Amino acid sequence: MDSRSYKGTRDLLPEDMRRFRLIEDVFRSCCRGWGYQEVRTPSLEYLHLFTATGTLIPSMLGRVYSFLDWDGWSGERVVLRPDGTIPLARLFISNLPERKLARLYYVTNVFVFETTGTENREKWQCGAEFLGSGELVADVEIILLATEVLHNLGFSNSKVSLSHAGVVKALLRELNLEPEEETKALTQILEGNWQVFTETKALKPPLGEFLPQLLRIVGKSKDFLENFRAVCPTTSVNLRANLDNFIGVTELLDTLGYKYKINLKSLPGFEYYTGVCFEILIDDRKVGGGGRYDDLIPLLGGGNIPACGFALYVDPLADLLLVKLGDKVERGVLIKGKTETIEGVTACFYLAQVLRQAGYIAELDFVGQKTTDWRWLITVSERELPLFIVFDRDTNQTKRATSAAEVLNLIGGFT
Amino acid sequence: MFSQIRCHYIRIALPKGRLFSGTVSLLDEAELGLEDYKDQPRLYRLQSSQLPYLSAKVFHEKDIPIQVAVGNYDLGICGLDWVEELLVKYPASNLVKVMNLNYGKGNLYAATSQHGGISSLSSLLAEKDDWQIVSEYPNLAEAFALNLRLRRFRIFPVWGSVEAYPPENADLIIIWKKDEKELKADGLYPLKEVLSTSAVLVANRRKWETKNMSDILTQISSAIREIPEPPSPSRVKKTPNISLPEEKNSVYLALPDGHQQRLTEEFLSKAGLQVTGYSGETISRRPIFDLDWVRAKVIRPQDMPLQVANGNFDLAITGRDWLLDHLYQFPSSPVVEHVSFSFGEVKIVAAVSQELSVNNISELRRLISSGRLSPLRVVSEYVNIAEKYLRDNHLSLYRIIPTWGASEAFLPEDADLLVENTQTGETLARHNLKIIEVLFLSTACLIGNKAIPRSAVKRDRINSLIDLFRKATGRSRQ
Repeated sequence: MDSRSYKGTRDLLPEDMRRFRLIEDVFRSCCRGWGYQEVRTPSLEYLHLFTATGTLIPSMLGRVYSFLDWDGWSGERVVLRPDGTIPLARLFISNLPERKLARLYYVTNVFVFETTGTENREKWQCGAEFLGSGELVADVEIILLATEVLHNLGFSNSKVSLSHAGVVKALLRELNLEPEEETKALTQILEGNWQVFTETKALKPPLGEFLPQLLRIVGKSKDFLENFRAVCPTTSVNLRANLDNFIGVTELLDTLGYKYKINLKSLPGFEYYTGVCFEILIDDRKVGGGGRYDDLIPLLGGGNIPACGFALYVDPLADLLLVKLGDKVERGVLIKGKTETIEGVTACFYLAQVLRQAGYIAELDFVGQKTTDWRWLITVSERELPLFIVFDRDTNQTKRATSAAEVLNLIGGFT
Repeated sequence: MFSQIRCHYIRIALPKGRLFSGTVSLLDEAELGLEDYKDQPRLYRLQSSQLPYLSAKVFHEKDIPIQVAVGNYDLGICGLDWVEELLVKYPASNLVKVMNLNYGKGNLYAATSQHGGISSLSSLLAEKDDWQIVSEYPNLAEAFALNLRLRRFRIFPVWGSVEAYPPENADLIIIWKKDEKELKADGLYPLKEVLSTSAVLVANRRKWETKNMSDILTQISSAIREIPEPPSPSRVKKTPNISLPEEKNSVYLALPDGHQQRLTEEFLSKAGLQVTGYSGETISRRPIFDLDWVRAKVIRPQDMPLQVANGNFDLAITGRDWLLDHLYQFPSSPVVEHVSFSFGEVKIVAAVSQELSVNNISELRRLISSGRLSPLRVVSEYVNIAEKYLRDNHLSLYRIIPTWGASEAFLPEDADLLVENTQTGETLARHNLKIIEVLFLSTACLIGNKAIPRSAVKRDRINSLIDLFRKATGRSRQ
């Protein structure tokens, strides 16, 4: 029997889970601190949720895990959730129609095929969504929340790169393409191909001259965007409105002393974004991203609800934590006993229960396992009950106790 | 000419069907010594009379890209349409398009019925928000729908007879035709040309990188000519594919084409039903019944259960094998068997090569457990029946290779187990195969949807037709 895990998936071992849980715990704690509530969506969703224009681009849809369910004779395909935001928007529309404002967060896995099988096809995300607010402060809130999670995880070197989907789409509109061509060009951009802007001569000066430079230059404050707005034709109403929005968010961030970079090309590859977007990098690895998606909920049949959110990518963060977490292992008590008498076994179980209730990790050993991870080793005598021999690995001292309470006292009482 | 000493054996997969005559001409010209190819379909394995290191096997065209991609064959000849059907879904497939062979030319069209009132893709886009797309090319159909950014769509993969579906049972079809003229002759209207195709030579990427096949490639390359296209095979004259006016109490009946067509026609006659356009010199995709409330269409029996499940037909004459294959895939499907007929009887069997030292499934399981046949390669047109059979018998490590015909040719080189239908077992014996288990007996049957129609008139008509068929079989109500 072949016992390998399926290609593109991975087993999470105890060490991996320590890091995963730490990230989740810090994320949950931060979200709760900002007033967000946890939700969970199903792993399976209808495919049509993700296929409309303004959700996922065709190249991403070509890599989702979709299939006909056991009752799928109607041809309706289902999909293993390829993204966290769209299902959450669906959850909001289906279950919370009376809420005009909702701060929700989730910890979830997403499934996207990649061809080599060497990268993860199942990825974990910690995501938070602020639904119902179109204010600039909402954009700022999610950026600050995402950064706070990383800060509390001990990452002081995270870098935030800002873009604006509305500005990019407005620039595309300036090219005066046919609707089909415009959709195709946007798809290419979301796939990382910006040639439509750098190779076309379709944009008139001064925008046409300035745009290739804009895509190369990285700004560091709202002033950069103000300069850009100054060269925009006054007739480009949509572009100027989106630039104003972008400037508004960066101005707030500047006021708060928040450091970021502006790079239009750091647009995440999701079609549903409409406003300010951001990517977060640590040591050049992408560990998160998010942005504003005001059209998604209306598109899915919900009301006119603006929204923004982000997701942190747990897998790269866990790898980066590997260095930070070190060898710190939670240590506890190992209770060694024998199964020769009922009384001996009962004494072991009773002692373990008392220690656990006092806050210790108490593991039972009836088979003679190795004991290196444990501070206290307590051997339960079979012949002279109650008799507990307590060995402290840190001090290398052995003491005796005749009751569970006495053992607890010897190892330091309640934690 | 071929003086170079060879250390590699080269295997090429050759097509049955549409590309057959063009491929015969090409191979003649290339002088590869594969003259026996002309004798297909009886012969599936060919050995070159000139090149001892070259052999060939004949497959259904659709199977060839997969067989080459998995490395069972170094080279293959098939239509570009089937290559793209594989690559659009599995772009990382080990398949190299080597050269265009300049015959078998045609196009994949996105089309609809001439009688559906739709004249352009944009008008169709504006009209609907839930699309039914029927095609033999489900992967290309899905890519087409995604690129069109259709909000909601359902793809119905079918075995054939695609032109019969629109406008009632499909909003759009993706279909191969030689040209627009041929498309329009079937009552269809082209909305978009999806792909221009012809026969191509494909190679396995790994073999291409490591194996010297230059002699054969040179011979094929120099043999490429502009081969005149053979006229489309039409045994009988077709009548225009025009639908009758819909009437809410009409009963929609699907009749089979292919092997079951003659037997079904005889049965209908025995039942006292007069049907025009289902036999003889003039056939139609929509035969006319003397009962004016019956609306009939001729489609593949393989596709009928899914169509009945979706309410496109009230009744259909198919085989129990295809009904069970459907029910094993969709256990909660509303399709039920109303009448079992005595014609179209076949056994569904599991078979292995005579060279394999097993005589039953238990011995096969032991062989797999020993690691000598792991993973088990299972080939079948009945994917869901095969899968259930393997599950029920606790065969743990297996791979199912779906096929579209000529399945017996896969064993023993390209598969270990075959789940197939057989009437007498002669074909299996001729391919040196032995039956290790009969899974079940299948006959033609009348199927329907267990959902009861709201209209009492329609309900009575369906029941009267079921009774008529039942009486013709000599059976009383079950």
